[in-house]
Amino acid sequence: MAYLFNTEDDTREMLAAIGAASIEELFSSIPQELRLQRDLKIPAAMSELELTRHVRELAGKNVGAEGSVCFLGGGAYDHFIPAAVDYLAVRGEFYTSYTPYQPEVSQGNLQVMFEYETLICQLTGMDVSNASLYDGATSMVEAVLLAMATQPKRRRVIVPDNVHPEYREVLQTYLQWTDYELVSLACPEGSLPVSELEDLLDDQTGCVILSQPNFFGLVEDHTAAAAAAKRAGAVVIAVADMISLGILKSPGDWGADIVVAEGQALGNPLQFGGPYLGIMACRDSFVRRMPGRIAGQTEDRNGSRCWVLTLQTREQHIRRDKATSNICTNQGLFALRAAIYLSLQGPDGLRETAEHCAWKSQYLMNKLCLQSRFEPRFPSGSAWREFVIRDRQDDVAGLLSRAASQGMLAGLPLSRWYPEYSDCFLVAVTEKRTRAELDALVDVLTHAPSAELSHA
Amino acid sequence: MRNMQATQLLFELSKPGRRANRLPDSEVPQPDMQELYPTATLRQKPAGLPELSEGDVIRHFTNLSTLNMSVDTHFYPLGSCTMKYNPKRNERLASLPGIVDLHPLQPDATAQGMLELLYNVQGYFAEISGLPGVSLQPAAGAQGELTALMAAAAYFRDLGSQRTQVLVPDSAHGTNPASATMVGFQTKTIRSREDGSVDMDHLRASVDDSTAVFMITNPSTLGLFENQIQEIADLVHDAGGLIYLDGANMNAILGITRPGDFGADMMHYNPHKTFSGPHGGGGPGAGPICVRDFLEPYLPTPRVERVDSAEGVHYRLGYDHPKSIGRVRSFVGNIGVLVRAYCYIRACGGQGLKEVSENAVLNANYLLTQLAPLLPVPKGSRCMHEFVASASKLKKEKGVTAMDLAKRLLDFGFHAPTVYFPLTVQEAVMIEPTETESKETLDAFVEAIREILSEDAETLHDAPKTTRISRPDEVQAARKPVMKWTVSP
Amino acid sequence: MKPEELKYNASHEWVGLDSDGLAVIGITDFALEQLTDLVYMALPEVGAQVTAGEEFGEVESVKAVSPLYSPVSGEVVEVHSELVESLEKLGDDPFGNGWIIKVKLADGASLDGLLDHDSYRKQCSDA
Repeated sequence: MAYLFNTEDDTREMLAAIGAASIEELFSSIPQELRLQRDLKIPAAMSELELTRHVRELAGKNVGAEGSVCFLGGGAYDHFIPAAVDYLAVRGEFYTSYTPYQPEVSQGNLQVMFEYETLICQLTGMDVSNASLYDGATSMVEAVLLAMATQPKRRRVIVPDNVHPEYREVLQTYLQWTDYELVSLACPEGSLPVSELEDLLDDQTGCVILSQPNFFGLVEDHTAAAAAAKRAGAVVIAVADMISLGILKSPGDWGADIVVAEGQALGNPLQFGGPYLGIMACRDSFVRRMPGRIAGQTEDRNGSRCWVLTLQTREQHIRRDKATSNICTNQGLFALRAAIYLSLQGPDGLRETAEHCAWKSQYLMNKLCLQSRFEPRFPSGSAWREFVIRDRQDDVAGLLSRAASQGMLAGLPLSRWYPEYSDCFLVAVTEKRTRAELDALVDVLTHAPSAELSHA
Repeated sequence: MRNMQATQLLFELSKPGRRANRLPDSEVPQPDMQELYPTATLRQKPAGLPELSEGDVIRHFTNLSTLNMSVDTHFYPLGSCTMKYNPKRNERLASLPGIVDLHPLQPDATAQGMLELLYNVQGYFAEISGLPGVSLQPAAGAQGELTALMAAAAYFRDLGSQRTQVLVPDSAHGTNPASATMVGFQTKTIRSREDGSVDMDHLRASVDDSTAVFMITNPSTLGLFENQIQEIADLVHDAGGLIYLDGANMNAILGITRPGDFGADMMHYNPHKTFSGPHGGGGPGAGPICVRDFLEPYLPTPRVERVDSAEGVHYRLGYDHPKSIGRVRSFVGNIGVLVRAYCYIRACGGQGLKEVSENAVLNANYLLTQLAPLLPVPKGSRCMHEFVASASKLKKEKGVTAMDLAKRLLDFGFHAPTVYFPLTVQEAVMIEPTETESKETLDAFVEAIREILSEDAETLHDAPKTTRISRPDEVQAARKPVMKWTVSP
Repeated sequence: MKPEELKYNASHEWVGLDSDGLAVIGITDFALEQLTDLVYMALPEVGAQVTAGEEFGEVESVKAVSPLYSPVSGEVVEVHSELVESLEKLGDDPFGNGWIIKVKLADGASLDGLLDHDSYRKQCSDA
């Protein structure tokens, strides 16, 4: 078998040293009646060459972002990944090591964690970041559990419906076992109705979630909403987008207490939805209950600066059933990729990437809406990277499938999450898209046959 | 040899005006951000990121990487973590266009190859576990546990049954009780006997009609197969409860015995352990779960489904499961890890997987036999894939602790075993060699331990000596935490 | 305060009445030695109610968390918050400047039923 070491001679010598007659004997503690008395029904081993052919064949049945023009977003984005990110992250010393239980031989990973935490704090305006969680959705849930744990007398969690619908679903899944009440706030104009939020706030409200930009791509001024939540004694949780922070104010500067984000866009591939990178940072006052690992600076016995895992008493392996969270692993490899990506970008690179997303998405939205068939669904808002288009002919499915047949993944239908927007789709434009691709998309969408014709 | 300059913090290496990435001209109108967005939403000064050239970045991270021990460079017998070799073909295949660049929300019709792969890996997981219902969604073992407990809670809720307790052995991983609390269960700890097996009297006295789930790790963290498992399962099942298997130690039993056949109703895999996904310096993992048929309706959505119709076979993400607990994360799952697991399973084949476990158990028993005369192994003379030695005699006689031994091993070029876990063994040294190590490596490890034990206590207290740093002050780190870089005053 | 005049919980908290009749609560030298280097202490707020035998806070070392159990019932009237900033000094004077909280005893509450110094010391030496 491919990855084993023991030769027949090795096996014989080892069994002799053990004093066992056979390998079978080593399993004698497993009662015979519990043994699997047949072979596993799994196909026979493939050589590397066969496996390569096989997986290539499977890959060939898929249309990826590289083999098409991708305008899909909704929480996962086709941003450019510099070669240096891939080159460094596949170094075996990074990807075949584990949690730094022995700091003396893990200073590389620990320093990267510390640098990652600093980068995240710099962008979010928070005091402390952990070393990452699973993804954006679970980070948001963990933030809610953290916020509520600090507010033991309060029970309500306010979530506007312009927060990513899958994140809200995950929150619902987790909260159904608690006595917290999930209060949804409708956002019919796409952006947050601040006065409606104010009406909902009361002395039972433990936290409020504010998304920037929101799921529809709209950039909102959350200053007033955050201040109102604070006045009511609620914790403000921001769902941020890390690329947008190249141009947008840090959530800490508009009043967030805890910031979470999906970090996929920071140098991590789309890979059909995961693994991604759950980002979470908070103000100092929350750190004693923050989930996830944290690297901290200290000195070794010779006075050299070094890094260790710290504040471990927060975690499940010590606190067990009293832990705020059950989380154990983090997404170390993807936090590493994010740290490399942000080092390569620097302040100017991140700003330019965010500007390109702004300019190109605005260009495409404006050009599409010159066509009588299309209009912006939320004309009063300011969209960044992503926007919602309404098809006046109400044939989103037909439109998108015709675009797909011409090699364009043109957008996401909103009907799955928002039945009221069944005539709308969400289009995302990253810095990777060229003007020619944007013009081609307009062409494909506008020269599609009209709904009546296509149904004929 | 060390490049001390390149391993300064990124922020210390930063120099205004230096940069790596540049974008091409945008080719579209470039209005000022102030025209597009409200001023109150915009950054007033540039983000506080370091300014570096590409060469700076490469040299910095390359040098940092050399400060780590890893499976690619060292024997890494970290008990309970299954630090096996990570095949390079998996990395290449998981990075193929058509795999690595798929958007999670693209139409099913454009991802048929991926869905077929995922559907088949579900089938392999079901076959290996003997449990037919599979969810690929959970992001890690701990989340798999949580998801399965939610499914169990939903099942009991449907039955109108008021079951409030989850029973957990004292040797269990901390995630077990932490997960139970998150689903609103109370945790009750069940004692282990001296040999690491479940104290049946205590279990019998604890199981009643409030018992929802008994969570067990089998083989246990001591590396022993719980041979009372059938009796345990019968006891819990007769009381109307369910058995959860923490699959952390599946590397010992692939193709030999199946959780579904020894009484488990639900389990998770840790593909980054058992199926060779890289550990990545602490993740990502994945935590797919398998359950019995009556729990299947409660699994998270979406689920990967196969549809056979007149037009042929196609695969889809299925959302129509009204009893589902809902989603536990965004999108489909940690696909990158699952693709690697798929590649590993296909490279091994059914017979090869059994050989994996046979060799993992052979290596562990050989190492146990060689080490036991040097370092006592209190719980048994045979083991499964790992075993727990104890340094407590050493501590009494020489004042040398498990930690000292662990630190000194680093000087000999070996990663340390897991120490001080499980809590049920004093001065625990938990060793898991895995099947991807040679007899020569195991022998060298034994020789290193032999030599270390002959050294004087002072040398061991001073270890490690060859690493860049030694014995960092964790008390200072926790008392006055410094968790990010700040400009020095 | 003199250790000999204090009362004790089996869980290693001490309590004594000060000149104002307030119950002063701390942890013993024996406990401090067992816990090794303390890194953090979580304390209640002034005004919080504590109940005899129930948790009122916790202390942490690098790899362990231990709950603090109140020996008495009543209302917290003072919290030694500077202690949190200088835990390394706690060991210097655990029965004096190492006090943790002061509690105004609830009606009917007393120090009866707690261990005296000799029984507490005996318990520690048996352990």
